[in-house]
Amino acid sequence: MAHLIVLPVVLPLVAGILLLYRRQGGTYLKRMIGVGSTALLVLVGIALVARAGSGDVTYYALGDWQPPFGIVLVLDRLSALMVLLTAVLALGAVVFACDGDDERGSNFHGLFQWQLMGINGAFLTGDLFNLFVFFEVLLLASYALLLHGGGKARIQAGVHYVVLNLAGSALFLIAVGVLYGATGTLNMADMAARLAELPAERAGLVTAGGLMLLVVFGLKAAMLPLYFWLPRTYAAAPAPVAALFAIMTKVGVYAILRVYSLIFGEAAGPLANLEQAWVWWLSLATLVAAGIGVLAARDLRLLVAYLVLVSVGTLLAGIGMGSPRAVSALLYYLIHTTLITGGLFLLAELIGQQRGKAGTRLVRGRPLQQGGWLAVLFFLGAVSVAGLPPLSGAIGKALLLAAAEGEQRPWLWPTLLLTGLCSLIALSRAGSTLFWRSQGEPSGDPLTWRKWFGVTWLLAASPLLVILAGPISHYTNATADQLAAPQLMIDALLPSAGDAQ
Amino acid sequence: MESLYAITTGMLTACGLYLTLRGRTFPVVVGLTLLSYAVNLFLFSMGGLTTDGAAIVNGGGSYADPLPQALVLTAIVIGFAMTAFVVILAMRARSEVGNDHVDGRTHEDEERS
Repeated sequence: MAHLIVLPVVLPLVAGILLLYRRQGGTYLKRMIGVGSTALLVLVGIALVARAGSGDVTYYALGDWQPPFGIVLVLDRLSALMVLLTAVLALGAVVFACDGDDERGSNFHGLFQWQLMGINGAFLTGDLFNLFVFFEVLLLASYALLLHGGGKARIQAGVHYVVLNLAGSALFLIAVGVLYGATGTLNMADMAARLAELPAERAGLVTAGGLMLLVVFGLKAAMLPLYFWLPRTYAAAPAPVAALFAIMTKVGVYAILRVYSLIFGEAAGPLANLEQAWVWWLSLATLVAAGIGVLAARDLRLLVAYLVLVSVGTLLAGIGMGSPRAVSALLYYLIHTTLITGGLFLLAELIGQQRGKAGTRLVRGRPLQQGGWLAVLFFLGAVSVAGLPPLSGAIGKALLLAAAEGEQRPWLWPTLLLTGLCSLIALSRAGSTLFWRSQGEPSGDPLTWRKWFGVTWLLAASPLLVILAGPISHYTNATADQLAAPQLMIDALLPSAGDAQ
Repeated sequence: MESLYAITTGMLTACGLYLTLRGRTFPVVVGLTLLSYAVNLFLFSMGGLTTDGAAIVNGGGSYADPLPQALVLTAIVIGFAMTAFVVILAMRARSEVGNDHVDGRTHEDEERS
């Protein structure tokens, strides 16, 4: 089982190549491969979490080149958790897509698998340059997936998304170059070890490089001045793709968490926690902007896209607080918000399909064919995402609020709670328009089991997260402790770091 | 040599940035291309510039840092693919939206609305 760590990258890669075999036709086979590979990824994710749960940091040296010289994939509690989360989200999205969405353009399943490969690779890599490469893999797949099915809105949103991300990639490379020039390594653990004994005259360079990385990750995570691409892009994307994109902003959050806890951890001396003040204030501003956006949205998809932004602000606030307790709370919230916003994107599509011409716009439309069940799911999702008890959003938010210390409280509490109120108002307004303000005869076809499965699979996470809150928060606590002790990872990767210098 | 190199990279970046901020897709694509050239040059110099170094390790003598070369190669390949993609995307946007403005709206549209 030594090769288990590389499976989340290799499995979707192989599946994607197999899916290239025939571009047209073979729908059934393609769906089998796509769903099969994603389901296997869930199993691999569970195995990885079980393995990382022991607390050991293990790594996989590709081609057996030992770190810091070769490329490594690193497994710790955080990366295992993120891989499992991606797989669970993707399974819901891919089953949903098998109901016809995948046939609106060519090679949906192949691109979907490659996107998974990029995401998993970004979570597992222990090397800064490979983080860039996997970012590019996931972005390139996401560009194509975003345009899947075509249409004016998607092309327009796509142009912005692609151009912004290309500029972001250029900045990423510059930052990597600066950090390599200053430290002479790209391996993140090695870089952390070398920063501890950095000559003082290079501190400026490293600061510049570190903060440029923050801009790049902020663009991916959609932090305040860099989020303007998100609402339109997510609202325009096809539903299963938008659901998968729910994890994409979390890739940015993950990268911030990983890079700044490992490289710029306590050991980095004067450079320690260089991002914290920036992330803290920008996260609060993101929350405010997202709250206004949620209230202003006139379309259910746009509303959910702004809810993604709310979750980004909340998560970044957790990073900005910096304590292990806050990190643990944000990880719990991250699981909740990824699955629920993913589920809401799928649900918005179902609602739109049954409302005829009105679609997902929040205007009077035809009554829904299966309004009862959709309303139950919508209610579940809304209660959960707005953070009302008894569902998981409330627990996540309560953990975060409890983690705020001293001066952070008067800033975080009102912002987070008022944003929650904004979400609640917007969601109840949306729900009453969609389900009650209707006229005419119901239209549209009844939904098939695949669509129900996709939505229920993701939204069921909320009650499950409440029932299993004990074990999950145990795991996230342990993860936060592991992140707070970057020396563990340095020792695991570079046993001779002390005397090799 | 360092200053010439730095000025070249800086000029490329500045031109790339200026063009990227333009309103039509063609200058934006050209700007992104210039930006990626500048980044490649920058990456190439990140290990420090040396002259007369051997390309591969050859006995004890001085040799060029091999890592930036590998990285630049990767960055060039990725940049190439991205440029190809963005060109196609810009052409599709031109045909679907009917104009080549990055947000799909011309000045006349804005005046009308």
